[in-house]
Amino acid sequence: MRGLFAVAMSLCLCGGAALAQQGAGSTVPLESADQGYPLYPHPGLARVEPIETRHTPPEQVVAGLSRDSVAITASFDGSEILIYGAVKRETPIPEGDPLQVVVTVEAPAQPLTIWRKDRKVGIWINSESVDVGAAPGFYAVATSGPLDDILDPAFDNRYRISLPLALRAFGGEVNVDDVVPYTEALVRLRTQNGLYRLDEGSVKVVDQTLFRADVRLPANLIEGNYKTRIFLLRGGEVVDMYLAPIEVRKVGLERWLYRLAFDQPLIYGLMSLLVAVAAGWGASEAFRKLRRA
Amino acid sequence: MQIYLPIAEVSVNAFTLTGLGGLVGLMSGLFGVGGGFLITPLLFFIGIPPAIAVATGANQVVASSVSGVLAHVKRKTVDFRMGGVLLAGGLVGSWMGVWVFTILQEVGQVDLVVQLCYVVFLGLIGAMMLQESLRALRRSKNPTYRKRLHQHMWVHRWPVKMKFRSSGLYISIFPPLMVGVAVGVLAAIMGVGGGFIMVPAMIYLLGMPTKVVVGTSLFQITFVTAFTTLMHAISYNTVDIMLAVLLIVGGVIGAQIGTTLGAKLRAEQLRILLALLVLLVCGKLALDLFLRPDELYSISVGER
Repeated sequence: MRGLFAVAMSLCLCGGAALAQQGAGSTVPLESADQGYPLYPHPGLARVEPIETRHTPPEQVVAGLSRDSVAITASFDGSEILIYGAVKRETPIPEGDPLQVVVTVEAPAQPLTIWRKDRKVGIWINSESVDVGAAPGFYAVATSGPLDDILDPAFDNRYRISLPLALRAFGGEVNVDDVVPYTEALVRLRTQNGLYRLDEGSVKVVDQTLFRADVRLPANLIEGNYKTRIFLLRGGEVVDMYLAPIEVRKVGLERWLYRLAFDQPLIYGLMSLLVAVAAGWGASEAFRKLRRA
Repeated sequence: MQIYLPIAEVSVNAFTLTGLGGLVGLMSGLFGVGGGFLITPLLFFIGIPPAIAVATGANQVVASSVSGVLAHVKRKTVDFRMGGVLLAGGLVGSWMGVWVFTILQEVGQVDLVVQLCYVVFLGLIGAMMLQESLRALRRSKNPTYRKRLHQHMWVHRWPVKMKFRSSGLYISIFPPLMVGVAVGVLAAIMGVGGGFIMVPAMIYLLGMPTKVVVGTSLFQITFVTAFTTLMHAISYNTVDIMLAVLLIVGGVIGAQIGTTLGAKLRAEQLRILLALLVLLVCGKLALDLFLRPDELYSISVGER
């Protein structure tokens, strides 16, 4: 992981530096442009999923999810998703490295700012910052083995599988010397909160054909269309990829309050006040009666 | 029992929140402070996004101050006329403060300014109150000392004088108006009701008797925080009603217990307690500013 992390970080750095030269909105060419895909596309653009169109891969994923939607209710406390599947192949199991599986689940990306505190006139204040155009609010990677051993960095770059690569596009100008500690901090902070996760060895593969992964979605979910990706790997190379959406929506009271707050803010605000005043008055009266009794 | 908050989009323990509300409500009833200066940092601490913590904190303060002010109205310890003048200033100040807050947010220095404001004001007020109440306590043991009703300062002799009967004052309306504006500005920037500044300001700057200070301050806080809540709900959609209800349930009960308790304690003791509390919060915040933080980096979500 250490080595991969360093590679990823240096790429982040190149991307950031190049972006600073060209200004926002440009796609940054790679140091090895022959790979032919944008490393840090503009945050406004959808991520282009590279699809192997040249030939049908010899091994293909067939997969299912235990659920394709998650309802956020008032008592929502996280959710467990079982991702299972099999490998479809016309030929016998190839010799050599065993089949490996990587499963990623990611939340919609949001723009964010990473701040760094510095000591100025004796006090610690936010001084420098890096804007990240799009970082997923939640990102989990489950693998069947140590990620460093089973995934080639070139393929990691291409499919953006590992955590640091899941962060995209530094928005605007980068005006710090080195963005690496910033992205590291983002990954570290979100890993501490359980929002970014790498579960190595949690995908179970049976006879190089069947696999299953249990991914736990935390309680602090945001709404949106989540994306599940399943990668088949052999000898570090991605053989096939499977995409499945998961829809995360608020329901019932949660949905009603949320919509009211955004569609009718005045009514919502007055309702909040009414609740507050009623509760305050109610308690005052209740205690008066209690004291008399 | 975990509960998912629809606006904050985080899942929290319902009992933790109710307990938090209760604690802050107790302070509110006891000292006549809204408790915002405690609730807002506590909400940050349990992982509520700052903007939502500020707005919802204001909503919770409305409930606990309504509960407290009603108890004071029954005991006739609210100076409505003074409250009205302070309120007029407070609304203007609050509006100005929200405008400043927006600018600070854009340059990413909200946390710093908020913390600095807390340290400076809490430190000054805490020290002033502690010294004054210790002196008062010493005097009360020495019955030969007779205190003047209140000190007249030159600002009190400005034009447009008004009689504040409940407070026993006949002073210009400008000093209370200015106190109102100043508290309003600070309240909006710091995301609090401003009681912890208002109470000492009323005692030391306006010379109001301690008896009516708490009730009058709660009266003003109720309206200023209601205004703030509404403004946050309309312009930023950051009031989380689910979070507010949980805090309120604890808060209103705490406020009632606090008011009852406050009637039994002596004013000087009450003031020493509040002074110590204020200094405690101040010390904690000052340490955060001057010591090297464990985590230098922080994340703020959203477009800048």
